[in-house]
Amino acid sequence: MALTKKDVEWVAHLSRLELPDATLEKMAEQLGEVLDYFDKLNELDTGDVSAMSHPGALKNVFREDEPRDSLPRDAALGNAPDRADGCFRVPRVIE
Amino acid sequence: MTGLELAEKIRAREVSSRETVEDLFERIERTQPKVHAYLSLDRDAALERAEDVDAALARGDSPGRLAGVPVAVKDNMCTVDFPTTCASRILENFRPPYDAHVVECLRREGAVLVGKTNLDEFAMGSSTENSAFGPTLNPWAADRIPGGSSGGSAAAVAADMAHLSLGSDTGGSIRQPAALCGVVGLKPTYGRVSRYGLVAFASSLDQIGPLAKDVRDAAFLLEAMAGHDPRDSTCENRPVEPYLEEAEKPLEALRIGVPKEFFGDGLDPEVEKHVREAIRVYEKLGATILDISLPHSDYGIAAYYIVAPCEASSNLARYDGAHYGFRCDNATDIVSMFSRTRAEGFGAEVQRRILLGTFSLSSGYYDAYYLKAMKVRRLIKRDFDEAFEKTDCIMCPTSPVPAFKLGERTANPLTMYLSDVYTISTNLAGIPGISIPCGFTDAGLPVGLQILANAFQEARLLRIARAYERETNWRRARRPAIL
Repeated sequence: MALTKKDVEWVAHLSRLELPDATLEKMAEQLGEVLDYFDKLNELDTGDVSAMSHPGALKNVFREDEPRDSLPRDAALGNAPDRADGCFRVPRVIE
Repeated sequence: MTGLELAEKIRAREVSSRETVEDLFERIERTQPKVHAYLSLDRDAALERAEDVDAALARGDSPGRLAGVPVAVKDNMCTVDFPTTCASRILENFRPPYDAHVVECLRREGAVLVGKTNLDEFAMGSSTENSAFGPTLNPWAADRIPGGSSGGSAAAVAADMAHLSLGSDTGGSIRQPAALCGVVGLKPTYGRVSRYGLVAFASSLDQIGPLAKDVRDAAFLLEAMAGHDPRDSTCENRPVEPYLEEAEKPLEALRIGVPKEFFGDGLDPEVEKHVREAIRVYEKLGATILDISLPHSDYGIAAYYIVAPCEASSNLARYDGAHYGFRCDNATDIVSMFSRTRAEGFGAEVQRRILLGTFSLSSGYYDAYYLKAMKVRRLIKRDFDEAFEKTDCIMCPTSPVPAFKLGERTANPLTMYLSDVYTISTNLAGIPGISIPCGFTDAGLPVGLQILANAFQEARLLRIARAYERETNWRRARRPAIL
């Protein structure tokens, strides 16, 4: 499947990746080739095959809803690029 | 000396852990500039730990099964006392506030953590060339790659820069570098070893496993790490067998399946020759060889390179500069902070896979790509289920080629992806697989034999691998050029 630079720009926007034009063009070419390779999956009739998302048999692995200690605040903030008042500080979120 | 041999000598107080660690760091000092297996090292901490172990033994305490043995850990597993970078600029200075489950296990068993090893960024790659901090070189040939993504872990063991190491395998990332570096590498069954503290790449495919000098060491290390962990809800609550003991038991009557699809186009003739010779060794040991077919093998790469990037696009969404890791300069609003941080912090291959995954999950394409790939995954799993009805294990090459040269497969991503052709379906199916050395090419490059078994049959897998190892002596046959 051929991808245009605009297609990649849209996917990059969804992925929160601000890529320069040259990269977008290169990606369009490379991803297009990879997507072409994926076409071979259409050789297979999977009409009545159920999707497999996961190899294990486990499901709904729960624990009792009992409160317990979680990561201490200082440890959680330990790698923060910017912090204030015991919180992570980031640029404005709401316009 | 293997890890097990060393552990026994340390426990018997014939050799001290301190001396061992001192010698090791001397060797690391000589080899690290040439091999670049490690991203971080801590000699002082390692010596302190070694001394603690020696002191405990002097008191008559039992400091654990791995007491005093130097171990290296792939840099995508959390360690509180080392950075955990995933070989990415986006986590260059990240110090985890907790240890991975497997790291806790190593510490509990008295192992000495030497350092964190190099990998392809976020475990995405088959050559360790995607590391943001430079590649690792193959100890057998300095102009060649060690394989990937656990290239640093494989090279460290091959070059005697650690006795044991941990790697992770999502599409072959333990087995392929093990084959290319002439060491043993095991990917356990999905759910056998807790992924708590393993930085997630593809959550339904990732598994942690040992890289070691021999099968006994791999069994030994697996025993120390396997088992239930309530912090990983995909980790099964199943008893851990005594893998070391099981591996040494005599080989039972075996039916070995040899899949025709794994011996076709693209397989290097020297690799084929050594793998077939290895299978003949089993025949001499009394095994029955059966030609089998895994009919959907040809679709494994396509299915994997949809499923894994889709899962990765979700798992890597957390790297946004907000809470930890790299943050871009002068961000004016939250969205551009995310977008510029990720564009500047992630390398090209990581970006490529995020884009591929996001595209394949996006509206209008989800059915044709992601859903389709999940259905093909089911067909690949069924191939194995059927094969294991009439065989006890499957044997094939680990890698279609021996170690290739640096830069040889980097121009076109697809050529790199095709390196995984024999390992990838194992992860899709969730079954265990091991690569063991089975010879050298005329140019002196290691060749690996891959053995696969059904889910949770690590005991049988290790026993089968050990039987070949007892008959042959590849570990002692040659030394890598770097040493």
